Parts: sequence; C-alpha cells; structure tokens
Amino acid sequence: MSDKAWTEIPMAGIIEEAGNAQTYETGSWRTYRPVWDSGKCIHCLSCWIACPDSSILVKDGKMTGIDLEHCKGCGICAFECPDKITAIEMKLETDIADD
Amino acid sequence: MARRLILSGNDAAAEAMRQIDPDVVAAFPITPQTELMHKFAEFVADGDVKAEFVLVESEHSAMSATVGASAAGARAMTATSANGLALMWEIVYIAASMRLPIVMPVINRALSGPINIHCDHSDTMGCRDSSWIQLYSESAQEAYDNVLQAIKIAEHPDVLLPVMVTFDGFIISHTAEVLEVLEDDEARKWAGEYTAKYSLLNTDDPVTFGPLDLQDYYFEHKRQQVEAMKNARGVIREVGAAYGKLSGRSYDLIESYRLEDADTALVALGSTAGTTKVVIDELREAGRKVGLLKLRAFRPFPGEEIKAALAGVKTVGVLDRAVSFGAPGGPLEKEIKAALYGGEQTVGNFVYGLGGRDMSMGDIKSVFDELDAISAGKQSVDEPRFVGVRG
Repeated sequence: MSDKAWTEIPMAGIIEEAGNAQTYETGSWRTYRPVWDSGKCIHCLSCWIACPDSSILVKDGKMTGIDLEHCKGCGICAFECPDKITAIEMKLETDIADD
Repeated sequence: MARRLILSGNDAAAEAMRQIDPDVVAAFPITPQTELMHKFAEFVADGDVKAEFVLVESEHSAMSATVGASAAGARAMTATSANGLALMWEIVYIAASMRLPIVMPVINRALSGPINIHCDHSDTMGCRDSSWIQLYSESAQEAYDNVLQAIKIAEHPDVLLPVMVTFDGFIISHTAEVLEVLEDDEARKWAGEYTAKYSLLNTDDPVTFGPLDLQDYYFEHKRQQVEAMKNARGVIREVGAAYGKLSGRSYDLIESYRLEDADTALVALGSTAGTTKVVIDELREAGRKVGLLKLRAFRPFPGEEIKAALAGVKTVGVLDRAVSFGAPGGPLEKEIKAALYGGEQTVGNFVYGLGGRDMSMGDIKSVFDELDAISAGKQSVDEPRFVGVRG
C-alpha cells in the first residue's frame, strides 16, 4: 500500500473510493488477541454490539469469529462477554507467537 | 467596452468580486480590509450578487468556512489583513494542502505589536511558505485585474492552489484612483462556471477530504504541492496574456521598467514600485541609468526571469517592506540574492516603510544615491539599511 509515487496518487490525500477503510489493516497494532471459544459462546452478541472496530464476525445471527485484520485488541469483547460464559479470553500476541 | 471608474483599491477588489459573483464569501472585518467586505455586503444586500455571504465570528472561522465551501465544490472567497491573516494561520496551510482554489485579497498591514493599522508586508511575507500563490498589486487597477486573474490561476487543473492578491493598506486600499473595469458580461464570461474536481456534495461519487496522512504518504503530497507551484509559473503567464487580450492590460510574473541599459536597479513589490517609476523617470532625465524590477508574483518565485532581467545590471538594491528578524537580510533580498547567485551583481538591502512609514520620492532617490556609493566602493553591503529610521 505505501509504495506509490507522488505522481500516482490523488492530490491532497483525497480518498476517491468510498468505504475503503475496510481494506486498511490495523490488526498489526494489537498487543492482546481475543481468543474465541465457539463451544462456550451463547451468541448473545454483546461483543458485537460493543466492538468499536466492527471486528466481530456474525452470520445469520450467530457469531462466526473475529476479524483479526482489524481488531486492535482493546479487550472490550472479552469484558462484555457474560461472566458465566467467558467465551473470549485476551492473550498476549507474543505468547501466541511462541505457541 | 471597458468602463472607467474612480475607485479605491478596496472598492476595485469588491467590484471584481461582484463581477465574479462567487458562490460563497465568508468574512470578518479588520482594518484596512473592512471597506472591501463592506462594499461586497452592500452588493449582497442590494441583490446585485447571488453569493452566500457568511458573517463569521473570527478570521479562523472565515477561512474555515471558506475551506468548507470550497471542499463542497463552491467558488469561495474571503479577504483579510495582518492580524486577521495571523488568526487564520492554521487554516491557511490547510486550504493550500487540501488544494482548494480559494482567492483571498490580503490588504497588507503591519502585524502587531505595537499595534499598528498601516501598511507593511510582514503579514503576507510571514506566510510565504504556506503554498499560497502571492500576487502583489501596484495600484487599484492591478488589484482589480489580479482578483479576476486569480480565479483562473487558482482553478487551473495543473495548479489547484489558493491565491492571495495583495495590495498595500491605505496607500492603495483607501486611495481613489481612475481605473478601467470590464463590462459585467465580459467579466462573467471570463470567470465562467467553476466545476470542482472533487465535491463533498457529490453523493454519486463520494470522496474523503483531509484524512490522516502519516509517514507513508504526507511527503508525497507535499511533493505534489511543489509541482503545482511550479506549474503556476506558466499558468500565471498564460492567464496574464489571455487577460491582456480581453482588457488590453497584459500581466507577467515580473515587470521590468527601464532596465534595458540600466547600471543600477531597484527591486520592489506593491505600491512602492509605482513611486519608484516616477523617481526613475526623473533620474533618467538627469542622465542616470537606473531601472526597476517589479515582482508581481512572489510565490511562485520567478528566479530565472529575475536573473535574466537583471543580467546587465551592476548594482541592485532590494526594497523589503518586512523584516526577517535574525536573518541576514529581508525576505525579498534573500531570494533575489539566491536567484542572482554566481552573477556579477552587488546586492544591497533596504528595509523601509514598516508600520506605514512613508516611502517618499526623496527616500527612493536617496536609496539610488546609496547604491551609487556602493557601486563606487564607498559603502559596504554587509548589513541591511533602514530607510528613514531615526538615530
């Protein structure tokens, strides 16, 4: 993405394409990764409501996973997940890489 | 058929704005700009223009509203002076970097403090690096002509940069002068319809203006601004020639006055160029080979043209109506010296007219006398001189 010359880009930083934030990957900013346990999940979608980056993936009213290309690891989903369920656990990215 | 009128510089610029009839004008009053917007407000109140006139609470807001209107695809204008320009500062840079073709008359006035309402160039010289094109006007006629040309320069697809049309506070803004204006239909045809390349109001083709631009692309966007400013040099000349065909008054980046065989020349901006021409005529009568180089465009800086125009001159005096504190010379002198680098000329710097101190014909003559003393090796050019300062 960051390899175009000054002659090849729109002036003034104007973004000509609507809604292209979707293609801008912010997942690399993350320190903690939400790890989702589909077996424990009751699909209450509290995490989907609270996620500030729209990174909870849902299909037909059921959670299907987490968009790790956009999740910044804030941990709100894990916090909002009901106390009796705890289907999302925040884990250090470095520990996951070590696994 | 042109019409001849008696107008002050402010009224002349307002007349050009009336004929252009921009979509949006946002303004806040400040001396000596006030009469310009007063006049334009009268046109709005009388129904002579269709412009949306936005009365804002500060110059920061005036420039912000103008930026918003321009980003929405409108032809947008404002005007200011000195401290008003200083209060706009943040948005002045944003207007240029968003590549919005805003036109803004700036009626030159000394920046405070101590507070002063009279002319010098400290206001516009201060934003010479803001990526605004700057056209300096010698008279009310030029102020009128420059406003009309500015919209064509700013909106040119190879430029898309905002333009400041400057003229000297009180000396031009408040002095009545006979000038020629175009007929309304000629001026309207010249101005034409403005169609913005991008518009915030175009929901069929939505774009994002002013997003975050970090290490990855900010530098590339600055490089584009450099190129746009470079392109402006040719566009200013093209527009100046086309305007000449329409009005009989052609314009270039610079104007040479009796330079062909001159040994000694002054370089000046604004109204002082006019006074200098009269002094040159008198000195020529007395057999002295003197001339003037007037810069109309300070941004983009016409270095090559200046070098060519001053090629045969031995001693050059640069008149600066602003101080660059702590710098080796005034803002104009430093750039003239850079343009002449490697040449044979001796360059002296004369700071004058701060806070509206009059630059009389006698003062200009004494500058020519000092240049003669410099030519004869009797005076050095190490330090700027301060024309008419006491002590």
